[in-house]
Amino acid sequence: MIQLENATKRFPGGQEALSGLSLSIDKGEMVFVTGHSGAGKSTLLRLIALIERPTSGQVIVDGQNTSRVKRRKIPAYRRQIGMVFQDHKLLYDRPVADNVALPLIIAGVGHREASRKVRAALDQVGLLHKEKRRPETLSAGEQQRVGIARAIVSRPKLLIADEPTGNLDPDLSLEVMRIFRRFNEVGVTLLIASHDISLIDRLGCRRIALEDGRLQQEPEEDVESWR
Amino acid sequence: MALTRNADAVAPARRSSPLAIWFTRHISISIGSLGRLSRHPFSSLMIILVIAVTLALPAAINLIVKNARSISGSWDNALDFSVFLKRDLPEDEARALGRLIEQRADVDLVAFISASQALGDFKEHSGFGAALDQLPDNPLPHTLVVSPSAGHTSASMILLHEELGNLPETEHVQVDTEWVQRFHAILDIVRQAIAIGGALLGIAIVVIIGNTIRLDIENRRNEIEVTKLIGASNAFVRRPFLWTGFWYGLFGGLMALALVYYGLYLLQGPVARLAGLYQSNIAIAAMSLQEAAAIIGIGVFLGLFGSWFTTARHMRRIEPR
Repeated sequence: MIQLENATKRFPGGQEALSGLSLSIDKGEMVFVTGHSGAGKSTLLRLIALIERPTSGQVIVDGQNTSRVKRRKIPAYRRQIGMVFQDHKLLYDRPVADNVALPLIIAGVGHREASRKVRAALDQVGLLHKEKRRPETLSAGEQQRVGIARAIVSRPKLLIADEPTGNLDPDLSLEVMRIFRRFNEVGVTLLIASHDISLIDRLGCRRIALEDGRLQQEPEEDVESWR
Repeated sequence: MALTRNADAVAPARRSSPLAIWFTRHISISIGSLGRLSRHPFSSLMIILVIAVTLALPAAINLIVKNARSISGSWDNALDFSVFLKRDLPEDEARALGRLIEQRADVDLVAFISASQALGDFKEHSGFGAALDQLPDNPLPHTLVVSPSAGHTSASMILLHEELGNLPETEHVQVDTEWVQRFHAILDIVRQAIAIGGALLGIAIVVIIGNTIRLDIENRRNEIEVTKLIGASNAFVRRPFLWTGFWYGLFGGLMALALVYYGLYLLQGPVARLAGLYQSNIAIAAMSLQEAAAIIGIGVFLGLFGSWFTTARHMRRIEPR
C-alpha cells in the first residue's frame, strides 16, 4: 500500500526531516510510527498526504508515485486517503453531521446518499445521537471521533492519523484505538503516528520507530527510556 | 412482498444524476453564501449600497443624456426657417412666393406674416407701441416661416437653407440650428465622459468586491485549509466566494435600479411644471427594460469578476500546512 524508497525531505534551512527512508506497508496492515518529536513522523505522513513532496527518493501510495501527481490532481489524490489529526481540524461553524459530510460533498455525492453514509460513519464511532450538535459542545474524545468519522465516511482504503490520541486521556485513547482496530478488521490500511508506546504494545501491532529521519536500529532499547 | 420488491427496483433509479447533484449543491452553496451575508446585515448592506451608488451614478447620467437628446430631437424636428424678404417686395408677390415654396417636396408648410401684421405683433408684445407709432413707415419686411417636411435630413436642410437664401427676393434666412448642434456636441461629450467614468467606476466596484472577499477569505482561512486537506479542489473552495460576489453584484444592481427610479420619481413633479411652462408635453422617459436588465447584468458581472479575480489570486496561496 505504501512504499518509501530512499525518501529524503530536506527543508530550505538544510536540515533533513527524513534521510533516505525506505519502508513498505502492505495492504490491510495497521502500523504505528513512533519516535521523538522531530524524528520525522509528521513529515512521513505529510509526504503520504502530499502536503509535502520528497526532496529525493520515491513515495508510492497504492501504486501511485506521489512525485508524478500533478498539482491539479492533488485534491483527487487526497480524497482516496482518510486523514485524522491531533487537533481534529473540525469546522466549528457547522454541526457534526455537516463536518462528517464534507468529504462526500467535495466528492459530489448526492444529498440522500451522503446523509445515509454520514449516519453510518457516526454510528461506527458511536456518535449517531450527536449528529446535530456543534463540535465545540463535544468533549475532546468525541471531537476526535467526529474527526475519525469524517476520515472514514468515504470509505478510503488508507487511513493516516497524526497523533490521534495526543490530547486524550488513556481511556479515551484506548477507545479511539479500538475504533481504528475495527476499521483494520474490515480491510482498511492504517498508518498511525503516536508516541504512546504502552498503548501500542497493548494492541500488538507492527511498529516503525524513527530517529532523526531514519529507521531506528534497535527500537527495543529505546522503549525503556521513553517510559 | 411485492411492495418490497417494487421499492428495491425504484431505489437505484432514485439515485440522483451527477448534474442534479451539481445543481442542488450550487443552490445550497448559493443559499449558504446568502446566509453568510445576512449574518452581517449592516456591513453587507454598506457594501451593497456602495455598489448601488457606483452603478446608479452613470446610469442616472445616461438617463439624463437620453432624455436631453430626445427633447432636443423634438426641437430639431420643429425647426423652422424664417425667410425675411426684401422690404420693397409687394405683399401679393410675397404671398405668391410663399405658395411657390410650399410646392417643394422638402417643405411642409409656409406661413406668411405680412409686414403690418409683424409690426402689430411687435407693438402688442414689445411695449414700444407709442414709440413705434412715431415711425414714418413700417421698418419690418414681409416674412415667410418655412417648415420643412417631416422626413428631412441635415443635408436636405442645408440645401433648403441655401436655396431659400439664394432667392432674389430674400434678404436674410434665419435658422437657429447652431445651438442645437452645439447642444448635441455637448451631449456627445457627456456620453463619452459617462463611458470613461463608468469604466473607472466599474473598476472601483471590482476592487470593492475583491477587497471584501479577500477579507472574507482571510476570515475563513482555517476552513479553506481544512477542506483542502480533505481533498477539496481550488474550484470547490472558490465556489462560495463566487456566489458571495454574485449576490453583492445582484443586490447592488437591484438597489441601483431602486435609486434611479426613486430619483425619477422625485424629478417627475419639477419636470411636469417645466413642461407646463413650455406648454409642451415633455415627460421623462424611464429606463427601458433592456437598460434596467443591463444595470443588473453589469452588477452581477462585476461582482462575479471581482470575486473570481480575488479568489484566483488567494486560493492557490492558501495550502494546508
